[in-house]
Amino acid sequence: MQLILDETQRLLETTVEEFVAQKAPLSRIRTFREAQNQTGYCSTLWKEMAEMGWVGLHFPETFGGSGLGFFEFSLLLQVVGRKLMPEPFFSTVVLGAQVLLEAGSSEQKSAWLPEIALGNKTMTLAYDEPKARYNHLHVTTEANKTDKGFVLNGLKTHVLDGGSADGIIVSARLEGGTKDPEGIGLFLLEPKMAGVKITNQNRVDGRKSVLLELRSLELPHENLIGEAGAGGVVLNRVMDKARIALSAEMLGGANQAFETTIDYLKERTQFGVPIGSFQALQHRAAELFTQLQVTKSALLAAAKCVDEAPENIAEMASLVKAKCSDVFVLATNEGVQMHGGVGMTDEYDIGLYMKRARATDALLGDASFHRERWATLRGY
Amino acid sequence: MASLEQFRSEARQWLEKHAPASLVGTGRGPFEGYWGGKKNTETRSDVMKWLEVCVERGWTAPMWPTEFGGGGLSRDEAEVLAGEMERLQLPPPLVGFGLAMIGPTLLDFGSQAQKREHLMRIARGEVRWCQGYSEPGAGSDLASLSTKATDCGDAFIINGQKVWTSHADKSDWIFSLVRTNTEGKKQEGITFILIDMETPGVSVRPIELISGASPFCEVFFEDVKVPKCNVVSEVHKGWTVAKALLGYERSVIGRAMGSQMSDAEDQLIACARRHLDDATGALSDPYMRHEIAKVGMDEQCFALTLNRIQQARKGGRAPGPESSVVKLFGSRLKQRWWELSAQIAGAQALGWDGPGFEEEDLNMTRAWLRSRGNTIEGGTSEIQLNIVAKRVLGLP
Repeated sequence: MQLILDETQRLLETTVEEFVAQKAPLSRIRTFREAQNQTGYCSTLWKEMAEMGWVGLHFPETFGGSGLGFFEFSLLLQVVGRKLMPEPFFSTVVLGAQVLLEAGSSEQKSAWLPEIALGNKTMTLAYDEPKARYNHLHVTTEANKTDKGFVLNGLKTHVLDGGSADGIIVSARLEGGTKDPEGIGLFLLEPKMAGVKITNQNRVDGRKSVLLELRSLELPHENLIGEAGAGGVVLNRVMDKARIALSAEMLGGANQAFETTIDYLKERTQFGVPIGSFQALQHRAAELFTQLQVTKSALLAAAKCVDEAPENIAEMASLVKAKCSDVFVLATNEGVQMHGGVGMTDEYDIGLYMKRARATDALLGDASFHRERWATLRGY
Repeated sequence: MASLEQFRSEARQWLEKHAPASLVGTGRGPFEGYWGGKKNTETRSDVMKWLEVCVERGWTAPMWPTEFGGGGLSRDEAEVLAGEMERLQLPPPLVGFGLAMIGPTLLDFGSQAQKREHLMRIARGEVRWCQGYSEPGAGSDLASLSTKATDCGDAFIINGQKVWTSHADKSDWIFSLVRTNTEGKKQEGITFILIDMETPGVSVRPIELISGASPFCEVFFEDVKVPKCNVVSEVHKGWTVAKALLGYERSVIGRAMGSQMSDAEDQLIACARRHLDDATGALSDPYMRHEIAKVGMDEQCFALTLNRIQQARKGGRAPGPESSVVKLFGSRLKQRWWELSAQIAGAQALGWDGPGFEEEDLNMTRAWLRSRGNTIEGGTSEIQLNIVAKRVLGLP
C-alpha cells in the first residue's frame, strides 16, 4: 500500500494549498460566526471550488465528478481543515452525496450529484437524535407506509448546514426497536416541504446546524433512497467513510494548530529569550510532533483503504478517528497553554482550533467510542 | 521495473534451491540470527550451511560492493531480496553490528586499506564487532567521554573504560570513541578508532541487570597500543563519524522494534485470556480492554509509520531526524505493552523462577523489567525529544 504521495497527488495538494491560502483567510471564520444568516460559509468560494473540480473530486465522471480516489479527496480535506473552512464539504459531499453514491437510484444520482459537483446544490444528512450519542442506528423518527408513500414524524438534532442545504436525507424507522439495525429507511426531503420545521442551533465552533422537526411529513415513494428497511447498512458504510474524511479535516487542523504554536514559541520572548528555548516547552512540542507523525500514517492508510481495501474500512475508520480525536484535542489544548494569556483571547486563532477540535471529537464517535469499537471488531 | 521482477524470480529460485529446508519458517526478525565471530559457539549445520551459501553469493551484505564481499545490489533489489526471504520466513544468514553499523560507516568514511581489511571479514561472518561509545561519565552527554588516547608516533596508547557495550564478551573487535585532545570544544577532540580486542590490556566484564543476565558489558583499556592506521576518517574528527553511525543505529533499532512490535496486541489478548477468566468473547474488564486497544492502535500506527519512512527512503536518502520519532515512539510503546502485560497478569507477573509460574509469565516478567531500558539505551527519550525539538522543529 503506497503511503507517500506521487507527483500528481503532490501537485493537487499544492494547488489546493495555494488557492486556499489566497482565498480563505482564517479571519473569515469570525465574520461568518457573527453573521445572522444561516449559510455560514461563502457560496461564491464554494462555486469556485466546484469549478476547480474539487467538490466532485471523487464522484464518478458520469455524475459530473473528476473520478479521482478517496485518497485524493482526503488530501483536499486536510487543507480544508487547516484553514477551518466551513464550506459544506462535510455535510454535502461526505454525508449527503455519499448516501446517494452508496444507495441512490440512477435517477436520484443524476438529479443531485452533477448539481452538487457544479456547486449549484448542497445537501446534508439528518441522522443524529436526542440520546443517540454516537449510535447512528438509534432511530426513533418514524416512517409509516401509506398508499401514496410515507408519513414521517420525529426530531433530528445537530443537522449540519441544515439551514442552507437544498436537500436533507433523513433516517427514519419503518419497523423494529429504537436501536434495531434493521428496519431503517433513508428519505430525501426538501426544507420547504409542509411538515418540516427547522430551528437554528448556535454552536461553539461557529458552524451552522439545525434542529429538524418532522410533523406528518408526507413523502412519495420516489423519495426513498435504497431499499426500505436497509438504511442501516448504508449508514454503516457512509459513516465509516465519513469518519475517515472527518479525520483528514481534523489532522489538517491539528497540524495547523501545532505549526501556529511553534511559530509563537519562536517569536514570544520572556526572560530575555524566546520561550521556545525552554526545554519544558520543547519536549512537549516534540511529543506532539511524534503523535502527529504516527497519526498521519494512520490517516494515509485509512484513506488508501477506502480505495483499495474497503473490507478493512471499519477497523481503519475507528483507528484513525480515535487517533485524530486524541491528537487534535491534545494539539489545541497544548496550543492554548503554550500561547499563555493571549491563547485565551478571541483575537488569536488558536482558540478557534480548540473549539473545532472539541466539535469534531464529539462527531461520529470520540476516541473512547472508537477504542471500544476497535476491541469489538478485533474479537475482544 | 521489468528487470526488478526478473530479479525477484531469480532470487526466489535461488532461495528455494539453496536455503536449508529446516530454516524455512523459522525467521523471527532482522536481529534474530547467527552473529558470527571467532568466539561463536554455533554448531548447527543448517545455520552454517545457510551462511556459507549466502557468503558465496554476497547476500549476507546484499548492498555492499562485490569487491568487499557484498552482493552489489541496488536498494530496490535488496528490498526484493528481503521480501523474498521474508516470504519464506528465513532467518538472516548473518546479523550483528558489523553488518548494521561499522560496515556502512567504513563504506562512507573508511580508508581503502580499512575497507579491504574489515568488510570482507564482516560479510563472511569471521569477525564480530561491538560498539565502544558510552562511558561511566559519558551517557547522554556522549561528547564528554574521557577514554584517553596518547600519541606515541605510529600508534596511540589507550587508557580508560567503556560501559553498556553490548556483546563485548563475544566480540573480536570494538569500534571506539577516544579522546585525543582535551582542549577546545569537546566534540573536536574525539577520534573514532578500531581496536582488536585481543590486544594486550583489553578486558571485559559482563553486567547483570534488574532483569537478570544481559548482553551488556564493561570494557577496560589499560595501556592498549593501537596503530594509527586504525583511525577512521581523521584524528580529532571522530564526532562526525560517530553521529553518522548513530543514524544507522537508530534506523536499526527502529527496524528491530518494528519486527518485535508486530503482535503486541495479540499477545496482550492472549495474556488477558489466560489471566482474566474470559476465555472467549468480550473481556469483562473494560479498563483492560481499552488499554489493550490503545496499544493495538498505536502498534498499527507504528508499523504504518515505519512503512511510510521506508517508502520515502527508497530514493536512497540517509536516515534523518524522523528516525528519532521511531525510536521515541517505538521504545515507549514496547514499555506500555509489557507494563500492561504485567498489570493483566497481576500476582502471576511476580515470579522470578521456579515452580508456581508458567514459563511465558516468567519470560514476561523479565521482558517487562528489560523494557524499562528501551527508553534509555541508544539515546534516552529525553535526548530524542531534544533532537526533534532542535533539528526538526527548529526551536532555539
